[in-house]
Amino acid sequence: MLESYLPILVLITIAVLFAVGSVTFSFIFGPKKPSAVKLAPYECGMPLIGTARERFSVKFYIVAMLFILFDIEAVFLYPWAVVFKRLGMFGFIEMGVFIIILLVGYVYVWKKGALEWE
Amino acid sequence: MYDKLWLIPLFPFVGFLINGLLGKKIKNEKVIGAIGTLAIFSSFVVSCKYFLQLLEDSNKVHEVVVTSWMSVGQLQVDWGLLLDPLSALMIMNVTGLATLITFYSIGYMHGEEGYFRFFSYLNLFSFAMLMLVLGSNALVMFVGWEGVGLCSYLLIGYYYEKKSASDAGKKAFVVNRVGDFGFLLGLFLLFWSLGQKGVWTIRFTEIAANAHLLENGGLIVTIITLCFFLGATGKSAQIPLYTWLPDAMEGPTPVSALIHAATMVTAGVYMIARMNGLFAMAPDTMMVIAIVGGATALFAATIGLAQNDIKRVLAYSTVSQLGYMFLAMGVGAFTAGIFHLLTHAFFKACLFLGSGSVIHGMHHAYHHAHLDDDPQDMRNMGGLRKKMPITFYTFLFSTLAISGIPFFSAFFSKDEILWWSLSSTRGHWALWLMGALAALMTAFYMFRLVFMTFFGEQKTDARAKDHIPESPLVITLPLMILAALATFGGLMGVPHVLGQYIGHFPNAIENFLAPIFEHTQHLHHIEAHGAAATEFTFMGISVGIAVVGIGLAWLMYCKKPQLPGLIVAKFPALHRAIYNKWYIDEFYDAMVVNPTKKLGTTLWLIFDVRLVDGLVNGVAWVVKGSGRALRYTQTGYTHNYAMSMVAGVVAIIAIYVFN
Amino acid sequence: MENLVQTAMQNVNFAAIMPSLVLACFGMVLLLINAFSRRGATAHVALISLVALLTSGYTAVMGWNNPQAGFAGHAVLDNYAIFFTIIFLIAAGLTILMSDSYLKREGYPVGEYYTLIVFSTVGAMLMASGTDLMTIFLGLEVLSVSLYVLAGFFRGQLRSNEAGLKYFLLGAFSTGFLLYGMALIYGVSGTTNLVDIGAFFAASPAAATNPVAIAGMLLMSTGFLFKIAIAPFHMWAPDVYEGSPTPITAFMSAGPKAAAFAALLRIFLVSLGSMEGTWSSMLWVLAVLTMITGNFLALNQDNLKRMLAYSSIAHAGYALVGLVAANEIGISGVLFYMLAYTFMNIGAFAVLVLVGKQGEENLTLQGFAGFGYKRPLLAVLMTICLFSLMGIPPSAGFSGKFFIFAGALDAGYVWLAILGVLNSAVSLYYYLRVMVFMYFKDPEEDFEWIQLKPGATICIVLSVIAVLYMGIVPSGVMSLARQALF
Repeated sequence: MLESYLPILVLITIAVLFAVGSVTFSFIFGPKKPSAVKLAPYECGMPLIGTARERFSVKFYIVAMLFILFDIEAVFLYPWAVVFKRLGMFGFIEMGVFIIILLVGYVYVWKKGALEWE
Repeated sequence: MYDKLWLIPLFPFVGFLINGLLGKKIKNEKVIGAIGTLAIFSSFVVSCKYFLQLLEDSNKVHEVVVTSWMSVGQLQVDWGLLLDPLSALMIMNVTGLATLITFYSIGYMHGEEGYFRFFSYLNLFSFAMLMLVLGSNALVMFVGWEGVGLCSYLLIGYYYEKKSASDAGKKAFVVNRVGDFGFLLGLFLLFWSLGQKGVWTIRFTEIAANAHLLENGGLIVTIITLCFFLGATGKSAQIPLYTWLPDAMEGPTPVSALIHAATMVTAGVYMIARMNGLFAMAPDTMMVIAIVGGATALFAATIGLAQNDIKRVLAYSTVSQLGYMFLAMGVGAFTAGIFHLLTHAFFKACLFLGSGSVIHGMHHAYHHAHLDDDPQDMRNMGGLRKKMPITFYTFLFSTLAISGIPFFSAFFSKDEILWWSLSSTRGHWALWLMGALAALMTAFYMFRLVFMTFFGEQKTDARAKDHIPESPLVITLPLMILAALATFGGLMGVPHVLGQYIGHFPNAIENFLAPIFEHTQHLHHIEAHGAAATEFTFMGISVGIAVVGIGLAWLMYCKKPQLPGLIVAKFPALHRAIYNKWYIDEFYDAMVVNPTKKLGTTLWLIFDVRLVDGLVNGVAWVVKGSGRALRYTQTGYTHNYAMSMVAGVVAIIAIYVFN
Repeated sequence: MENLVQTAMQNVNFAAIMPSLVLACFGMVLLLINAFSRRGATAHVALISLVALLTSGYTAVMGWNNPQAGFAGHAVLDNYAIFFTIIFLIAAGLTILMSDSYLKREGYPVGEYYTLIVFSTVGAMLMASGTDLMTIFLGLEVLSVSLYVLAGFFRGQLRSNEAGLKYFLLGAFSTGFLLYGMALIYGVSGTTNLVDIGAFFAASPAAATNPVAIAGMLLMSTGFLFKIAIAPFHMWAPDVYEGSPTPITAFMSAGPKAAAFAALLRIFLVSLGSMEGTWSSMLWVLAVLTMITGNFLALNQDNLKRMLAYSSIAHAGYALVGLVAANEIGISGVLFYMLAYTFMNIGAFAVLVLVGKQGEENLTLQGFAGFGYKRPLLAVLMTICLFSLMGIPPSAGFSGKFFIFAGALDAGYVWLAILGVLNSAVSLYYYLRVMVFMYFKDPEEDFEWIQLKPGATICIVLSVIAVLYMGIVPSGVMSLARQALF
């Protein structure tokens, strides 16, 4: 049983080694000639406007939260789809109920204006 | 036959509801007073009916279950009422006095703010007191016990704008808590220890029937009864929990008469009498009760010597008289204790109402003259005999009663207690001595009060002295009834030694209460033994004591003021001789009165103010302090809270998993 | 797979979750109503919430003495669940009654408030009727998440924010313990079904002394004890209770507490009965610790809301005594006490809601000075609630304590009962202080005339009637509580 997980273990090992290795090697071998411009945070190549430690608009959080919620619920549809035929009518109704519940939340979110930016 | 017993507490409760809910709207004082009086009078009528019925009845114990309260396992608790000779006497006492005093209040409280409030509290009190007295099990009694306490605090703090009044209310509150806790703990222990023997009950009749299951004189019984006694000391103002009662005089005078003299404060005595079977099984507790009672009687009497406030004298006298009742309970003289409870209710209610009448008059006079003197200070009184004749005579009779003058009521009851404290199988001569000394002081300070108030020349401010009226009939009528009771009430308990000389006059109260106490006294061999001649001798001694006390008072507060002036005028030589040689008065003052006064004051200062208050405050301080220390654990930082949770979990797991 | 569907379908029994199902549907409807309502209009939401609670209560009561199991043993609707369901519904209903005027006064007339109360009630009901660790956990989360939001509902008030955040952080923390415990129990027994766990431990007594199982039991109970605010997991309670909107404090100290008790009792008695020796000795200590901590902390409080919050810790301690006793009287006593406490505590809080001024400036003892004379009737109602909290007969609080302590005595825990009585005596001090202020103090300033709001008034009157009823004739409710035992 356990040996079937061996490839995953190998993959994890390689991934970790690669990540740690590339950072370490570039740290050791890379030339270091710091200047003010180089030390500045990277902002798509544009000159800096202000500090990076700004407060984000709370709207980001709302969108992120809503995204996660609905995303997870949507993922739930995949396993259902796999066994859809075998679950038959029962499964269909169950999923209908599930989606209605989601829909209520969606309508609420929409009406409350959480999906609008301004 | 007795199934309408619940009417007795119901009437005052209805009165309370009407006045409490509608009183503010009614406004008319007469109507409010009439409702209050009528409510309690109705229950007096019902009480009379059942009392008479019980007198005729051969079966003396009746339990009426109104409805089931709760059942826990094998324990069944009912809203039950118990009518037996003991409770029958008590309901007569409570309803009768409450009727008179509520009636009296119509006049006395005239024009006070919150008139309706007063009457609704008074009715609520009567209701609770009747529940206390009639309850057939300890829990119903406890309901009443808490109820009377509540009304008492509310009525003490009636003049809540006055700081001393609200402080007194609080003090009564706190001190009574201690006592009530004792009651509850005793109840729990009793319930549990009987349960261990297979009897789950808190009904008085069953407790009495099953008390023998507990070990006679054993530790459990002693602890249980001591807990109950602690409850009694709180409610009935005994050492060390007596301090609230004198302060309780801040309440209106009818309240002092009804609650703090005649009824509520005797609840502790009643409770012990109710559970006499249990208490008799704990001789150690009985001894404690007797000593505490005797000590309180004596101690409070000494303090009474040094007070100048008319109500305060009466308050200390009440504490002292309650001490007598406990002394009686402690030596197994249950009948005598209850007897004294009744006679005391008569004369002390009369005394309080009389003092109320005096205060009322003084207040009226001062008000008329726009003076701000203290209407309760006896040093401002004197000579009121002429101004208020009815008040004076009723007061005098009651004072004669409390002093134990033959054939007045307390002569019989107090003498019975003293006789038992000496000759009972659980008595001791030292107990008798305490009681006798207290009797001497009682006679002295009560007559000092009478002489200072009613005799001598009037010391009231000249502007006010002619405006002191006799109180109206609504006040004097209850006084007259109570004075009659205080005078003749003793005839219900004429001792056998006396009774046989006046045509086999029966000791009615002893016969009546026999079904309650006789069994216990037999079982535990509690009896007063002694020859009739000895009893007569001691009766004579107590009369002598009373006369000496009165004589001393007369000498100092009545005789002395006039005597010097006369003698000086007629016989200057003799005057000098008296002045230089005899110095009797000075001697008395220096050797007896002053030291005693000083002792009284010192004792009052030490015990009343420092020790007891300090104790009460100290306990509160410790409790509060630890509360404060604990509060520092509430830092408000979430990480600290999380930390403490982890610590808790780790500790619990360490104990249970790695142990 | 066909088989699975069939058994799943056979096992679906909506009757087993009918009350929570009804309430959840109503909750969703309420959500939509909120979405389509004008801002600031909340009265109709409150009304519909009450209708929802009544409907749910009706379905619950109809199921009395007709136990239904469903969802493959994940949920039941037995008398026990119904009894607790009724407690939650009453707590929620009384809270809603006192809330409307309060929300307006504080400037947050937001309908979601009621929806959240309804949803948290659904969660509580699932906890009571869950017979599987998963169902119970689900219920707990539904309940808690709604409560986190409710605690921080006053967005503009720092203290409310603080309450919400603290409750959330610590609640999440305790949920970790709970889940870990559940995992360990599952690891040992191989099942999450309560009855099966019980059967497993009964069949293999050795497993009951397995350190992993004991650790699981302890961690799991930690999670519930946190919700009940048992010392040393109580520290969040005062801060959260003080910061939350007053009706929510009332609700939190009654409903969710009862829910955690419901789950705890069921798990301990059904599944972990074979570990009784361990948990009862632990709970013995914690009960005493809790009573003492709660009471002593309450002693110094001049703020009534905080005082009631601390005292609610102590009350949880009393109730825990009944669980330690673990006999018929004790457990039915806990059920009784939970109901009694719901009434008396919410009644007292409702008075606070009426007396308080905007921004809660008036909840100190000083604010109650002279209350007894200015508002005698309201003061009497408050007095009755306080008497009940103190445990003075004839009140519901007294009967409840009496049953619980009698249960402890019956089970032989004499000292626990005595400590309980002692603690009650301590608690008198701070409750009586309120009465001292109400009756023996002069109001310092001119007393602001309190306007009686119909909702809160109904709430108080109902509570007081129930308190007196359960005090004078407790046998009716008590026999129901006894029938509710499994």
